[in-house]
Amino acid sequence: MTEPKKVVEIKNLDLTFNKGKKGANKAINNVSLDIYEGETFGLVGESGSGKTTIGRAILKLYDNFITGGEILFEGKDVRNLKGSELREYRSEAQMIFQDPQASLNGRMRVKDIVAEGLDANGLVKTKAERDARVLELLRLVGLNDDHLTRYPHEFSGGQRQRIGIARALAVKPKFVVADEPISALDVSIQAQVVNLMRDIQAKENLTYLFIAHDLSMVKYISDRIGVMHWGKILEVGTSEQVYNHPIHPYTKSLLSSIPSPDPISERQRTPIVYDPTAELDGQEREMREITPGHFVFSTEAEAEVYKKNATL
Amino acid sequence: MENLNKDFTLVGSKGSDSTEKIAKPALSFFQDAWRRFKKNKIALVAMWIIAITLVFSVISAFVVPQSKANYFNPNKSQVYGNLPPKLSGDLPFWNGDFKAPGSAEKTDVYKAQGVPEKDKYVFGTDKYGRSLAKRTVVGLRISLIIALAAALIDLVIGVTYGIISGWMGGKVDMVMQRIIEIIQSVPNLVVVTMLALLLGQGISSIIIAIGLFAWTGMARQVRNMVLSYKERDFVLASKTLGQSTWKIAVKHLLPNVSGVIVVQIMFDIPSMIMYEAVLSAINLGVKPPTSSLGTLINDGIASLQFYPFQLIIPAIVLSVLSLTFIFFGDGLRDAFDPRASED
Repeated sequence: MTEPKKVVEIKNLDLTFNKGKKGANKAINNVSLDIYEGETFGLVGESGSGKTTIGRAILKLYDNFITGGEILFEGKDVRNLKGSELREYRSEAQMIFQDPQASLNGRMRVKDIVAEGLDANGLVKTKAERDARVLELLRLVGLNDDHLTRYPHEFSGGQRQRIGIARALAVKPKFVVADEPISALDVSIQAQVVNLMRDIQAKENLTYLFIAHDLSMVKYISDRIGVMHWGKILEVGTSEQVYNHPIHPYTKSLLSSIPSPDPISERQRTPIVYDPTAELDGQEREMREITPGHFVFSTEAEAEVYKKNATL
Repeated sequence: MENLNKDFTLVGSKGSDSTEKIAKPALSFFQDAWRRFKKNKIALVAMWIIAITLVFSVISAFVVPQSKANYFNPNKSQVYGNLPPKLSGDLPFWNGDFKAPGSAEKTDVYKAQGVPEKDKYVFGTDKYGRSLAKRTVVGLRISLIIALAAALIDLVIGVTYGIISGWMGGKVDMVMQRIIEIIQSVPNLVVVTMLALLLGQGISSIIIAIGLFAWTGMARQVRNMVLSYKERDFVLASKTLGQSTWKIAVKHLLPNVSGVIVVQIMFDIPSMIMYEAVLSAINLGVKPPTSSLGTLINDGIASLQFYPFQLIIPAIVLSVLSLTFIFFGDGLRDAFDPRASED
């Protein structure tokens, strides 16, 4: 079997906000992960664990705060991109935002919002070409000609999120960071948007970094999953491995807290309480492969224990 | 009862195209803004008053030149001086009757001073016998020129300064804000006096003097808005799309800050008119005999107890002008915000 192509490679990334000031906050601590072509990589973790920060760091929004490590996109360090390479990167990596209301400029018409990437990167030559491309994108996300000249406030939350998706897709990206694209939507619309994203992925061979804290949704959409806590990735594996054979105690605790729709098993469900003090004992930890493709952030001694107890 | 036998049919689901349909007609930005603006009746009236005032001022420049308003015959100021408003002898108020200082009864001042029958002054005259109506028209024109020119300086410097300061943030922002504080802390009367010495008294030195100080408020307001908007998701989205900083400022920041800018301008204009009045009142403003609303009020104050109309008329013009600008600005702010519409 040939090794699938890596789209994004993050190596030992450190990121600190307000470095050297009173409110210094180490948001990402020694994170390494790989995202392969065509897959959906799910990133889960509690609020403030650094999921969004990783997504934004990949898109060069936090370049000034990165204190160590590197982010490679197709083998090139994104922080060193300049000129035409940077322009190319801007149309290859895109982002879908969490809050559909905040991510659209209320003073612009849908046509201009969607076409922003086309204009900025000079992807269309004529006005007719621009309009045709915008319409094509709107149809792709299930909107129609009526909506071209509307303002975002005239749309429902689900429609707005689809406009955001159309905007991200306008530049024909290879890689999309979906930053909690469904958490601001109600459940029926969530399914609508997630299915839309999967359809488009199949059509355009996209790679997703899917950030969410809804575990069941992440399991549904992701091929591989990374579990984050306090700026560190604790466990990475295929969604089957992480869900059915969790190794790290934090993952176990996280999974034990998913409510189940069955009243009988729900009554018997006991959440496992995670004791984070183990992370703070000062021992050197790194990602170690416990079973093939399943990595856990651990010391050598812990890894031995995990390996012994690992079920397949 | 017969309904029960019928088959169950699903209503309300005709595919997504019908549910995605928006019935409201599509409007361009300005059509939409105008539709919202029309709802605010006070602002609409204010807009008409401002429009009429502007047109009136422009036309008056040809009909009532400055020299005409300044001219008086020094030998006849006993005859024409301090006449009350008169339109026609039959009107209840505008009939030229006036209780002259020192007398107990109203008399027709026009007759008493021996003014020819054909001469009538709508707003009366000042102590030299110059028509107050003409002087108010010229004063209004000069006040408007000063206010609009200063507003332009306010707009250009203030908005640019604010956007740069807010967008750069950090140390640049710190230094730029301290510069604003220094400018605000310098007593501007001192600077105006210096400028008057340097450039001589006149309209241009007042415009420069007001323009030099007035933009700080605008710059602060814009900077605050930019600080909050530059962290918004749509600005981040624009960055990830590779939009240049300049385009982000023009396409995302300016339209969102425009409400604040418009309101600030509309509040600044009356305060500039007032400031010009204050400067004229302490003889730092326009040079006599040129009239501005400020000099007219200043002259009127001296004779307030004897000839109140000399103060009241320019004061009313000044107040109405200021109020209409404020109401108009208020209406514009709501009109420029698509989210403000309730339907």
